[in-house]
Amino acid sequence: MLTSLMPEGLAVFIECVVIGVCIILMYAILAIILIYMERKVCAFFQCRLGPNRVGKWGSMQVFADVIKMLIKEIISLKHSDRFLYELAPYMVIIASILAFSCIPINKGMGVLDFNVGVFFLLAASSIGVVGILLAGWGSNNKFSLIGAMRSGAQIISYELSVGLSILTMVVLMGTMQFSEIVEGQADGWFIFKGHIPALIAFVIYLIAGNAETNRGPFDLPEAESELTAGYHTEYSGMHFGFFYLAEYLNMFIVASVAATIFLGGWMPFHVVGLDSFNTVMDYIPGFIWFFGKAFFVVFLLMWIKWTFPRLRIDQILKLEWKYLVPISMVNLVIMVLIVVFGLHF
Amino acid sequence: MNEIIEIPLERFRDEVLKLRTEKQMDFLESLTGMDWGESLGVIYHLESTVTGEKMVIKTSTNNRENPELPTVSDIWKAAELNEREVYDFYGIRFINHPDMRRLYLRNDWVGYPMRKDDDPMDERNPLRMNNEETIDSTTELKLNSDGTLEDQENIIFDDREYVINIGPQHPATHGVLRFRVSLEGETIKKLDANCGYIHRGIEKMCESLTYPQTLALTDRLDYLGAHQNRHALCMCIEKAMGVEVSERVQYIRTIMDELQRIDSHLLFYSCLCMDLGALTAFFYGFRDREKILDIFEETCGGRLTMNYNTIGGVQWDLHPNFIRRVKEFIPYMRGIIHEYHEVFTGNIIAHQRLKGVGVLSREDAISFGATGGTGRASGWACDVRKRIPYGVYDKVDFKEIIYTEGDCFARYMVRMDEIMESLCIIEQLIDNIPEGSYQEKMKPIIRVPEGSYYAAVEGSRGEFGVFIESHGEKNPYRVHFRSTGLPLVSVVDTISRGSKIADLIAIGGTLDYVVPDIDR
Repeated sequence: MLTSLMPEGLAVFIECVVIGVCIILMYAILAIILIYMERKVCAFFQCRLGPNRVGKWGSMQVFADVIKMLIKEIISLKHSDRFLYELAPYMVIIASILAFSCIPINKGMGVLDFNVGVFFLLAASSIGVVGILLAGWGSNNKFSLIGAMRSGAQIISYELSVGLSILTMVVLMGTMQFSEIVEGQADGWFIFKGHIPALIAFVIYLIAGNAETNRGPFDLPEAESELTAGYHTEYSGMHFGFFYLAEYLNMFIVASVAATIFLGGWMPFHVVGLDSFNTVMDYIPGFIWFFGKAFFVVFLLMWIKWTFPRLRIDQILKLEWKYLVPISMVNLVIMVLIVVFGLHF
Repeated sequence: MNEIIEIPLERFRDEVLKLRTEKQMDFLESLTGMDWGESLGVIYHLESTVTGEKMVIKTSTNNRENPELPTVSDIWKAAELNEREVYDFYGIRFINHPDMRRLYLRNDWVGYPMRKDDDPMDERNPLRMNNEETIDSTTELKLNSDGTLEDQENIIFDDREYVINIGPQHPATHGVLRFRVSLEGETIKKLDANCGYIHRGIEKMCESLTYPQTLALTDRLDYLGAHQNRHALCMCIEKAMGVEVSERVQYIRTIMDELQRIDSHLLFYSCLCMDLGALTAFFYGFRDREKILDIFEETCGGRLTMNYNTIGGVQWDLHPNFIRRVKEFIPYMRGIIHEYHEVFTGNIIAHQRLKGVGVLSREDAISFGATGGTGRASGWACDVRKRIPYGVYDKVDFKEIIYTEGDCFARYMVRMDEIMESLCIIEQLIDNIPEGSYQEKMKPIIRVPEGSYYAAVEGSRGEFGVFIESHGEKNPYRVHFRSTGLPLVSVVDTISRGSKIADLIAIGGTLDYVVPDIDR
């Protein structure tokens, strides 16, 4: 329609802008929901009530916090590497938004959807670690530097497990395009189709994904009781806000990738043979399925975070290199064998 | 009271070495700097962990300009920080002590405030507006083989080391304690503890207060052992005056001490878990600690600084609800402690973080004088309640919890088990509190007979001792508190070398020091 009014280039540009604004808006709204959810979930785990003063059940609390963060002063540091210091939060948030745009929320609602989608998502999300390293380096703070170094070691290591476990699923799926991945689960989610190796891959993906987002028992880069706040110690105002947003959205991205690859994305729960049941399931819109699954995984991640103590840096690397990587490799081989011999459902 | 044996300066080193080797005096309980007017000196409280024998020795020098005494820090490691404290307050330099820096006061402080002829309030020490400079070297007064003395400079950290500050404002130091840590990657090479950020000069203040007034300050030392600290001071004064408190008071004090111990150990559990990142467990401890604080509040009116013990008794009689609420609390706590173990003790990550980390050997524990849960986790039976029973501890049946591993996990388990033992003690006492007066009639002005007195109790985190020297006035000539936390801080360097920076947090958490008690 737009092309009839203006040249094609402009139309594409306007489309991009509109979609970009939509993504950022959704990004912000999701972050607010996630932060509120985290506060409430952790409060109930800890025998507390959580925020309950601002608005009904404290629902306005997060908005108040966002406004606070927006109007706070952004402090500039003496002796810091100004350019890198200010670049860092943007790197983190851009990586996070890029990865976020890959996620198919409903049928036909994937913004970036092309034949190497999974690969692109992994690549985009790993830019974030550069931002964290820059933050640590640029802050001119010893705690930040230690936090950033930890983060580098941790994220780069765990990228391997994430990659391997997704690769395992790619073998089963036979495609890397997100829309096809979801379509492929119309007759049963991959976690059921791929049975044992898929389950192992799911667990490994959750552990490694948790480590990727610097959360839960893997929050060493910011370990507040050791490094005060790790790599973002020196940030204030919205610069800190970007790190904060990115942390929550990364958690959501990890959860929604898990939901898409293992739990069928927006695809309703189908059982082969039960057509009437399948039809009833189809009445529930796809995005509800998607968000339901994603938030279920988010809840799992929060459950882990609020239960476990923190690991130590050598233990974290030992867990990755001595356990997760070998297991994922063997798992990959098993999956290949299963696919070759057609042992999956 | 043991007689104080005076050893002349010339023979001091030989005599002390003989005591250490022949009489096996391996535990330096307390080291007190003194100013006797014409002479300056030090009083040492010694104990043998082999024979149980106790003795008190002192030595002094008449040289007030340049007082120099031989160090004992190579014999008992506990003396390392204590001698620095004496240097800080009395200006006594210890020959061959490797690190003669001030411990509590600023490096640019002028004078030695605990000397009787020094006025810390005069214009030499104005309120300084500049930051204290951190110095990376220290001096040692070295005795050469030919008998001459010379100043030698010892380097603490050199320029090429990557030194980070843990504290004074840091979430894991539980107060304003400052560690300077030299790192290699994440591994700790060396650690230097800097104290004094909350030093209030309580011992100096006590010298100008009357005895009942000094009581108020003890609650502000180790705020998680308020009852016990005050119990020690009251006991010491009562012992000096020959006052016998009633049976009822003994029972009340013992029950309060044990409640306080549970309170402290619950807070220990909470803070350790929080430091290790288990935030949910933190709230479990605080939820139940609240119940104890409520019990305290009803009887004492306070929740943290209770001001309950007085000379000759306690401030008020027990609240009518007290017995009922304590009796409700005991089964509640026993029932709920399994939650603590489920959420933290049994967790594989907690095991990995605590087991084999920060191992303190029994010899080191004794040499540093690290009493309390820390000492007992290293296999040293150092419980004052068993060694020198006070209150009604001789009438109750309880186990002294001892682990032998000496690592963080043992220190943690000692405290968790002690909660159960304390419940057991309270249970035996709560039904049998005898009738009687809750306070002896004391004279309006309390004068302690001339002499020196020492009394110790088992505080929440070790032996808390009070040393009083009285000249028969209405205020004490010298009061010294044996800090429970100072020895714990002095072991940190030894046991954290070679471990990761995250282990330092676990070590600090399980040593369980409280900073106002270190700084006094």
